[in-house]
Amino acid sequence: MEQKDVIIIGGGPAGLAAAVELCRRGVRDILILEREETAGGILKQCIHDGFGLTRFHTTLSGPEYAQRFLDETEKENIQILTGTSVLSLTPDRVVTAVGRGGLKHFKAKAVVLAMGCRERTRGALAIPGERPAGVFTAGVAQSYINLHNRMVGKRAVILGSGDIGMIMARRLTLEGAEVSAVFEIQPYPSGLPRNIHQCLEDYGIPLYLSHTVTDIHGKARLTGVTVSQVDEKLKPVPGTEQDFSCDTLILSVGLIPENELSMQAGVQIDPRTKGAVVDEFCRTSVEGIFAAGNVLHVHDLVDFVSLEAERLADSVAEYVKSGSLPENRLSISADKNINHTVPQKISGKNGFTLSLRVSRPLAGCEIQVLQNGKVIQSKKMKKAIPAEMIQIPVSRESLSGNGNLEVRALC
Amino acid sequence: MLKKFVCIICPNGCEISAEVEDGKIISLQGAGCPRGQEYVHQELVNPVRNIASSVLLEGGALPLASVRLSKPVPKDRIFDVMKEIKKAKLTAPVSIGQTVIPHVLGLDSDVIVTKNIPVR
Repeated sequence: MEQKDVIIIGGGPAGLAAAVELCRRGVRDILILEREETAGGILKQCIHDGFGLTRFHTTLSGPEYAQRFLDETEKENIQILTGTSVLSLTPDRVVTAVGRGGLKHFKAKAVVLAMGCRERTRGALAIPGERPAGVFTAGVAQSYINLHNRMVGKRAVILGSGDIGMIMARRLTLEGAEVSAVFEIQPYPSGLPRNIHQCLEDYGIPLYLSHTVTDIHGKARLTGVTVSQVDEKLKPVPGTEQDFSCDTLILSVGLIPENELSMQAGVQIDPRTKGAVVDEFCRTSVEGIFAAGNVLHVHDLVDFVSLEAERLADSVAEYVKSGSLPENRLSISADKNINHTVPQKISGKNGFTLSLRVSRPLAGCEIQVLQNGKVIQSKKMKKAIPAEMIQIPVSRESLSGNGNLEVRALC
Repeated sequence: MLKKFVCIICPNGCEISAEVEDGKIISLQGAGCPRGQEYVHQELVNPVRNIASSVLLEGGALPLASVRLSKPVPKDRIFDVMKEIKKAKLTAPVSIGQTVIPHVLGLDSDVIVTKNIPVR
């Protein structure tokens, strides 16, 4: 069994950023395990631009953004085993992986979970109807078109107004397909406003809110879908059915952190984020196991993934060197306007960045962080939408070592 | 006339409302930074967009090289630019920043490669 200081599972934006920053902190005995043949994660297929505005103050495509971190890992001589899938992770940090050389076992002082997320599928939604070819998740369609030079169809409709779905609506249109509509079950869009504008409105693609696909037609290949309006409880309203003929249905219905390995290791999962419960050190409930990026909670911008992974690296470096981190006795709770927070626990001894999402669109609200009933940090927002991750810095000075935190949105 | 805009320059997606007369901005509200005003001005005069696509790659480790424009182009030229991108072909290896089509269609923008791809 090979010993390592840090093993990073996943060579996407989170894993790469964590590795580079760990090196800068003097931790050099690092191994990244990546199941794909090349590192860079999903950014390889995200060829649209708009990445890097926060992290690099310039607009880059996904591959360009990834390359910046790949160049750094190369410069720092960080070992990346590609084509290597991790099969298991134990609570005492034994990692079993399989790659070209067969099975390998590693033991690490610290393990960083950076596996990213996966897409929800038709199965997860239980859409009734036939099961023809032509139903793709947005990311799969993106991979076919942008990596494999395979067009997915000629006439498409999109279910879900997630960012990837809208970006694929534009991509399909540019490639000559006709995208007739985007349907969103919620009464508000689930992606960023700028994507509604530059991916849908620019190309005249209508967005139907409070609508969902209620039937799928076609034997070998999709021939059309039935769409219905939904009520406040998101239940289809009988009599509102409308048929749309199409050969392709693109699903952009949400992302779920990929936590199979985390759960195997006994990491406590937050039912709201579907990622690990962590403290401000990105430390999970299992000793020596840390998590950052989309495996922790789904981010809207990759820039925030990198920044989070870089902060994690600070803590992991500290942990590897000293063998311990301050105790995290304080919890963070949230009111019903807030869907979740990350971290969910803190030590009370360090400043940290609180990430959260609101549970419904809010106008003219103030998000407050309270400790012992006293507001210690607040952020006024003209509008807050679930699509957008909100980050609030909480300084060390404002915190007391005692007393749980509450987060609320006042409207 | 009051016009509403969603700024697409950065992910903040500011909702900007502007009082516009004869194509000129009289007053503007909602922009979180000065780029918002620039964006609204651009939208009124000549809306521009950047686009990304890919070009066929011969002999590469991947069949396609992803590309984007070095600068945004007028919105109404997007599909003309796409036609030019479709005609292009590259031979591996390619690297980020490499120009595929300089000044595409005589516009002040180059089609550039956005992925390093070695020979197969």
